[in-house]
Amino acid sequence: MNTRATESPGFRQAVESLVPRIRLTLETAREVVRRPSALAGGILLLLILMASVSFPVLYHTDPLAQDLLARFTPPVWQSGGTWSHLLGTDNLGRDVLSRLLYGSRVSLLVGFTAVFVAELVGIVLGLISGYYGGKTDSFIMRIADIFMAYPFMLLTISVIAVLGPSILNLILVLGISDWVTYARTIRGSVLSLKRKEFVEASRAIGTHNIIIIIRHILPNVISPLLVLGTLRVANIIIWESGLSYLGMGAPPPMPTWGRMLAEGRVYIGDAWWLVTLPGLAIMFTILSINLLGDGLRDALDPRLINV
Amino acid sequence: MLQYILKRLWHTVYVIIGISMISFFFIHLSGDPVLLMLPGDASDQEIEELREQLGFNDPLYVQYVRFASKAIRGDFGESLYYHVPVMELVIERLPASLELAVAAMVFALVLAVPIGIISAVRRGSMLDMGSMLGALLGLSMPHFWLGIMLMLLFSVHLGWLPTSGRGTMAHLIMPAVSLGLSLMAMFARLTRSVMLEVLSLDYIRTARAKGLREEIVISKHALKNALIPLVTVAGMQFGFLIGGTVIIETVFAWPGLGRLVIQAIFSRDYPLVQAIVFVLSLLFVGMNLLVDILYVYLDPQISYSEEK
Repeated sequence: MNTRATESPGFRQAVESLVPRIRLTLETAREVVRRPSALAGGILLLLILMASVSFPVLYHTDPLAQDLLARFTPPVWQSGGTWSHLLGTDNLGRDVLSRLLYGSRVSLLVGFTAVFVAELVGIVLGLISGYYGGKTDSFIMRIADIFMAYPFMLLTISVIAVLGPSILNLILVLGISDWVTYARTIRGSVLSLKRKEFVEASRAIGTHNIIIIIRHILPNVISPLLVLGTLRVANIIIWESGLSYLGMGAPPPMPTWGRMLAEGRVYIGDAWWLVTLPGLAIMFTILSINLLGDGLRDALDPRLINV
Repeated sequence: MLQYILKRLWHTVYVIIGISMISFFFIHLSGDPVLLMLPGDASDQEIEELREQLGFNDPLYVQYVRFASKAIRGDFGESLYYHVPVMELVIERLPASLELAVAAMVFALVLAVPIGIISAVRRGSMLDMGSMLGALLGLSMPHFWLGIMLMLLFSVHLGWLPTSGRGTMAHLIMPAVSLGLSLMAMFARLTRSVMLEVLSLDYIRTARAKGLREEIVISKHALKNALIPLVTVAGMQFGFLIGGTVIIETVFAWPGLGRLVIQAIFSRDYPLVQAIVFVLSLLFVGMNLLVDILYVYLDPQISYSEEK
């Protein structure tokens, strides 16, 4: 059924119909840029992304290299600080700045890919649930209810505890536990869309269900998901750093923001920078994503409630 | 009304069955749960003994039925680490977690509602922009980091508040504030946007046209309707609080279920993990049920006889 669907001319048309969508995306981008707070968020996120990608070239200090003689070096602006460790060193003499930069990779990678996994699962299940209705719908929605009833944090903690901490496990667990919101949102929009004339007309002339879904339904339900997804990246990054704080994030010795906070917590009286800087890094990343997400929401749908 | 409640109760029953299945199966995810529970150097004989003792040699469905029938009676077995029934441990720690969650919720609501209302009424003022910026920062801060920062300021530098433990109000302040701040930010934003929406409705214009004082329009007419979404969201966020206690309790060494579950995970005490996860999920489900019923009570317009 699937192969026949992809060979049919209808499928090619469906793909071609995405072109005006891309133009629409550019318009959205222009809308977003017009808002100062969203623009600021976008620029901040871009800077963080660039720093995270390019740091081994610009700032090549090994985040794992220990220097026990230089333990607890404070940041450069404080007395005792040195230019060789701009943001100081930790209890093992490891460079804080390069650890922060490395940690940004873990957080951003997990945040964006986990949301991608969640969106993928949520979109597929939401489309199926809303479009086909009936028993399939109630089965999927019952599973969604159970997922919703399970405290998200406990679910991820218990699964990670059994599977063992690794980046892949983190992405899968965070992604799979977070599909429900997307599925519910999409299902709701599909339910109202499928009664619209253009969908019924398409069905009347015998268009394949899969093509109706891809061509007529999906493009019309995708924009709330974009907003939701952006804002969820922020949440996932907070959870990831929390798990990592508890020792259930990326495996050691990989530097992550959460692990840096947990390690620094022990020396809270002696080295303020170890507990302050990783948190600031998380906060600015989340702030940039939230600002951008808010802007996207306003640009795409001014009627959505501002929560 | 009664029919709706019955329906919701039935809904709750199958959710609980689902939760019991997840709680039961998650320890089988890695294959052999016995290997998880024993230290790495356990002999084959020890492994076999524990497996037999815990009944892991039976087929899975037999194990599940046994688990479920015991769970209904509140029996989740014995802790592998403390060697007492796990339910005893759970009941002993539950009040501390509830205390923390309730304190955080109260803190969030008490501050968020007035902030949201003032921001909506004085829309566009410095006060509004300032508090919304503050709310955005609050939403962007991981709560456990906020906890560490409060500790750095109030315990390490000023020496006003204790860093850990439970007992007095002074112990409760920092954990509750760190747990509640992002909720407060969220509630303040929600209150503001709902108030703005309500204030633009016709009946508010009518009330103003009648010559009612603005304070009365806001407190008697607008606030009542604005509270409905707030109650729903506050109820749903209880689950967030339960998840959040896990980390905050670890940061502040708060003797609640959250800290216990982390210790249980690291000491591979899976019966205890199962029981805690199950009890916390039950709490969450119960809370949701309560919110749904309260919702109908608050807003008679909702037709509770049909599914959305």
